[in-house]
Amino acid sequence: MIRILSQIFRTGIVTEPLHPDIETEVRGTGVRLEETIRKRFRRSLTIRQVDAGSCNGCELEIHAMNNPIYNCEQFGMHFTASPRFADLLLVTGPVTRNMEIALRRTYDAVPSPKLVVAVGDCGCNGGIFGESYASLGGIDKVIPVDACIPGCPPSPTVLLNGILKALQ
Amino acid sequence: MLKEALISVFGSEARFDESQHPASVTACIVPRDKFAEAAKVMKKSYALLAAEWATDETAFGRGHGIFACYRWGGEYLIVKTEVPADDPWFPSLAKKFVAASRFERQIQSLMGITPVGNPDSRPWIKFEDWPADAWPLRKTFDALKPMPRVKGEYAWIRAEGEGVYEIPVGPVHAGIIEPGHFRFQAVGEDVINLEERLGYVHKGIEKKFESLSWDEGVRLAGRISGDTTVAHSIAYCMALETMTVCMVPERAHWIRALFLERERIANHLGDIGAICNDAAFAFMLYQLGRLKEMILCTNLRLFGHRFIMDRVVPGGVAIDIDASGKEEILTELEVLSKDFERLVTIYDENPSLEDRVRDTGILTPEQARELCVVGIVARASGLNLDCRIFNPFPPYDRQDWMKLEVPVLISGDVHARAWVRIQEVKESVRIIRKILEDMPAGGIITPVSQPAPDTSGFAAVEGWRGEIIYWLQSGPLCEINRCMVRDPSSLNWLGLELAVLDNIVPDFPLCNKSFNQSYSGHDL
Repeated sequence: MIRILSQIFRTGIVTEPLHPDIETEVRGTGVRLEETIRKRFRRSLTIRQVDAGSCNGCELEIHAMNNPIYNCEQFGMHFTASPRFADLLLVTGPVTRNMEIALRRTYDAVPSPKLVVAVGDCGCNGGIFGESYASLGGIDKVIPVDACIPGCPPSPTVLLNGILKALQ
Repeated sequence: MLKEALISVFGSEARFDESQHPASVTACIVPRDKFAEAAKVMKKSYALLAAEWATDETAFGRGHGIFACYRWGGEYLIVKTEVPADDPWFPSLAKKFVAASRFERQIQSLMGITPVGNPDSRPWIKFEDWPADAWPLRKTFDALKPMPRVKGEYAWIRAEGEGVYEIPVGPVHAGIIEPGHFRFQAVGEDVINLEERLGYVHKGIEKKFESLSWDEGVRLAGRISGDTTVAHSIAYCMALETMTVCMVPERAHWIRALFLERERIANHLGDIGAICNDAAFAFMLYQLGRLKEMILCTNLRLFGHRFIMDRVVPGGVAIDIDASGKEEILTELEVLSKDFERLVTIYDENPSLEDRVRDTGILTPEQARELCVVGIVARASGLNLDCRIFNPFPPYDRQDWMKLEVPVLISGDVHARAWVRIQEVKESVRIIRKILEDMPAGGIITPVSQPAPDTSGFAAVEGWRGEIIYWLQSGPLCEINRCMVRDPSSLNWLGLELAVLDNIVPDFPLCNKSFNQSYSGHDL
């Protein structure tokens, strides 16, 4: 236990010092995110993430949004296991034919009003996979999309920015 | 060894295929009725099945080809048999190698060739609502045409009896992970059977390759499994380079190895943290998440991409590293290894964590061998497999200088899979330092010519999950006729089904995380 405590003490609060390359952007986005979420979502934006066919690259970056560096919870957003609690669906793509029904059902399970944000080049327009017998292309081919966050994959900073834009 | 064994039994009945590259990988053609017999010979020679796949060779006027790739130590042997297009069947290998069953279900589903004697004839990847005659990998199939949905049902394995109940999970999981369906049969808390249903992220990747040029192919290879983008790109490039007899500059190889080890460290750090988190020890997740983020940020600054995507290209690499980059990595590794050492001690000395990870989700060495698993899963269950040692590219081939030590444990539990990762992180840190120290000067890329028609190339690369195999075949117009991708997950998913048996349901996430297989790399 003493080791755990000393490691925690030694680490300090890492969400404070960001690398200079990204600090201004994350800070700026964060402040506006927090403000928007406070006003429009009563301080709590709940997100359900759906992988509708991605290569797992976008998922890694969405995970990274939750790490202690970006710590998206400090801005009032958090991820939920159930679509029933969600305000926003964060969907990565392309939508595969085999995931189409599951995606539609998840969308239907989210209470209205709801936002849908497509993540990654593939989520926006099918990306390198395009449209084929197995891939239906971008998320908007299957469910209505409110905003897109391009990138392959979009970095945590870009993701935070994209979600902010979708909320505004 | 495998080659000699095959010759001693088959004699002149086995023809050698000279169009297979590199020369170190033997390919031989046997008559169709001897295909399963060859598997028997391989099994007797202690070989493991590495992959099984089919090709459509109608463009050459040959019908179909069925291939089985065996591995023994560093030796790979490909056994091929030819199947006429109007009589599409082949003898199943499933009774010799359990792992063949899923490969063959996939061959049947996507190429429409029947494995005779496979006890499981249900489709795989191909869902029940696909038209029965949709075989995407056949040349006659129009990949761009959307498929209609038809009515159908999947025959799940059932369990009956007093107190038996079922838990269906997925495809949309509770966390931020890829989609797949798991169906448990349980009595009380104990899992008595787990059936996996994968294929939800099937994007038609192997078919897509056939419409791309050789240069475009590497971009797709880098997006088969986003967490393994470097290893997949290297394997694709190496398969192509052997076909074109391209001499990649030494420095490019070394930079590839640098990327590969950085990818290994980043993913292992994430995995160790996630395993601990699933045992309710979130401290490690956040601590290791911090270290992982450090690696990714350095990647972005030095190589222009957090996961180093698209930096490995045919003929070499797209970005070099200079003296200041080298210093930056060395400084980063210094911080990393100090913090990591402390965290490992905490992992090791925490009894509540130990209680969860030890003796949980055991895959015994016998089972691991039977299922032919690879990579970290194999090394945690007593199988000494690592392409970096047995099938190395430079600088791994200088073993007397690198002295790479691969951890092999025999307990096969969650702890073993975590501990293998811990040891590998330390080893990768050491290797990166050595690579940076002795990296040769010179160019980083060389032009790659078109492969000759009707040739094939093979490459196996040790990604962080394990061995990745690419097998490329050129068509009559020198285009991509077939690109077979074998992610380690294709073999290791079977291991999870066995490892969770007799464990309690709440331990499934922990077992699953300790395997952490790719869905996208498996479904393709």
